Amino acid sequence: MPTTSKTFVKDLADQKYKFGFTTQIEAETAPTGLNEDIIRFISAKKAEPKWLLDWRLSAFRHWLTMTEPTWAKIHYSKIDYQASSYFSAPKQKKTPQSLADVDPELLDTYTKLGIPLQEQEALAGVERRVAVDAVFDSVSVATTYKKELESRGIIFCPISEAVLKHPALVKKYLGSVVPVRDNFFAALNSAVFTDGSFVYIPKGVQCPMELSSYFRINAQNTGQFERTLIIADEGSLVSYLEGCTAPKRDEHQLHAAVVELIALDDASIKYSTVQNWYPGDKDGKGGIYNFVTKRGACRGRRSKISWTQVETGSAITWKYPSCILQGDDSVGEFYSVAIVNNYQQADTGTKMIHIGKNTRSTIISKGISAGHAQNTYRGLVKILRTAKGAKNKTQCDSLLIGDKCGAHTVPYIESRQPKSRAEHEATTSKISEDQLFYCRQRGLSTEEAMALIVGGFCKEVLQELPMEFAVEAQKLVGISLEGSVG
Amino acid sequence: MLEIKNLHAVIDGKEILKGLDLSVPLGQVHAIMGPNGSGKSTLSYVLSGRTGYEATEGTVTWKDKNLLKLAPEERAVQGVFLAMQYPVEIPGVSNMTFLKTALNAVRKARGESELDAMQMLKLLRSKAKNLGLSEDMMKRAVNVGFSGGEKKRNEVLQMAVLEPSLCILDETDSGLDIDALKVVADGVNALRSPERSMLIITHYQRLLDYITPDAVHVLAHGKIRKSGGPELAHELEEKGYASFGDEAA
Repeated sequence: MPTTSKTFVKDLADQKYKFGFTTQIEAETAPTGLNEDIIRFISAKKAEPKWLLDWRLSAFRHWLTMTEPTWAKIHYSKIDYQASSYFSAPKQKKTPQSLADVDPELLDTYTKLGIPLQEQEALAGVERRVAVDAVFDSVSVATTYKKELESRGIIFCPISEAVLKHPALVKKYLGSVVPVRDNFFAALNSAVFTDGSFVYIPKGVQCPMELSSYFRINAQNTGQFERTLIIADEGSLVSYLEGCTAPKRDEHQLHAAVVELIALDDASIKYSTVQNWYPGDKDGKGGIYNFVTKRGACRGRRSKISWTQVETGSAITWKYPSCILQGDDSVGEFYSVAIVNNYQQADTGTKMIHIGKNTRSTIISKGISAGHAQNTYRGLVKILRTAKGAKNKTQCDSLLIGDKCGAHTVPYIESRQPKSRAEHEATTSKISEDQLFYCRQRGLSTEEAMALIVGGFCKEVLQELPMEFAVEAQKLVGISLEGSVG
Repeated sequence: MLEIKNLHAVIDGKEILKGLDLSVPLGQVHAIMGPNGSGKSTLSYVLSGRTGYEATEGTVTWKDKNLLKLAPEERAVQGVFLAMQYPVEIPGVSNMTFLKTALNAVRKARGESELDAMQMLKLLRSKAKNLGLSEDMMKRAVNVGFSGGEKKRNEVLQMAVLEPSLCILDETDSGLDIDALKVVADGVNALRSPERSMLIITHYQRLLDYITPDAVHVLAHGKIRKSGGPELAHELEEKGYASFGDEAA
């Protein structure tokens, strides 16, 4: 009997993470370890030009001289960078020219994840369509709606393809927001990045559909290092969403991505993330280490970059999507929900660097902690002398569930411009017994009540998500907290 | 019908209910009156299953079901509704969302079909209109920034939407001015039905000027000390609870 009940409890604990399955597919995987030969191997696999190989090698050589940062409020056993493989690609007979050529096993994987890669006919007013770039381990396996987007001059493709087809754009902007030497994980990514999405929106074009990348780690002992580069030319507009999941494994896997956004005059980029990497089990075993550098440059006047993130997964999240507000009157926004349960740790926040005149930034961060988890908001608002009339408003709210978790707020404000204003507000609250009882008396189960109350707490942020994803995110919030009240 | 027999309840180590007996037949409205600290609110929480308000002895049956064995949400499915003395605020959750979630949870548990957003909107509009509540209130977060009167009316609205069969109103009249009291009483009267029992817990008689109960019970020191018709409420208003003081304990 004890065995049966133990299995039952395990099943119960495990069913929370729906995306933990593994796809059985033959893969070509590089031997474990990290050295110049591996980097040459990756570069050769992608048939990259020499300048990019040199760029990678310079990043790698610099990375060797760097030490892993320790300032974040996260604890983990030392990562052995030689124990991981830096390249894994599902074997495909030939490069797929269209969706019809993609391995059905892969298409099936994405269907199971709720990301159908079939293109739908344009039906005005029925359903909004989303173009998807699906990245499986180290390579992009499919990109939808490419032709339709191309007709408007929009480039949406795997970055490895952009390197070959649009070298001038890539060379001009790659590493221009997050330099190779920016930080330990960005340098590592620059050396070994494998795939990711590239977006270019030409002057004056409003992208007619949501663009989305879906990242999936499948192979064992493999890290994922994707690189995303989005350029919004003058007067253009784009909304982009990324999602991610991974199978359940007992060992930790490393994910170190870099995302760079560039908005020119009057351009607007909205970047939304629903991060649902495997968070580890209820005892903290396994889970993804998520060390990500995301930064956007508002280079143009009146440009705008808006980050929205819903962080529910990963064993460790280390992530600070930031905005460099160079152009006068440019706007930066950061809306974040970070949920940690069991033994998850999140250290996340943003940096708003005000350089141009009358630049404005808004930060709304909602942190939810349950179980034994630790959640830290870390933010910097920096107003330079040049940023006359700059304004920032920051609001950080923390919600605690139970008494074994923690919430921490570390806001820095540095202003060198007297004619500027920065406001900071922070609150910490608990879900009260009164609220739970009130909901249950009206017929909601404890878990439905929690999801409702937490959804209300996050509403300001969730409503920033594109409609299609807001509902999904709301559900995810509920699932992430399952089992957090006894 | 609601049948309470020899109910004892201990809160924080102190016995508050000391062998309470009460029956409310289906379709009747009974009032429970009593001085402060007599155990009125404790009774409402024990009936609705709040954590920390467990019965130590006795039975509570509603429509032949033992309520004491059920979780609060299961009691809600059985038709138990508690209009609270201090309705709770839920920031960020609109009244509409809250009611839709609650109604559908109850309907689902009863094996009935869930209502979609349009059906819900229609239902809420008609119910809110009867209570003199503006549609604007549906969009506001549950009880956040509501006046005392609005909160109580909101409780009655929830009752009207969820259509429970056993309504417990815990001091719904407290903090209401005379106009708000009338609106609330009208709402409650509109819900009187042969299919529904009500237990109105109150300190004062004034609510009973507008809702005429079938029976009045005096709760003091954890027990029902006296039962009678509506005239008992008037008697209490004149003489107070003094006669149920120490000598009655």
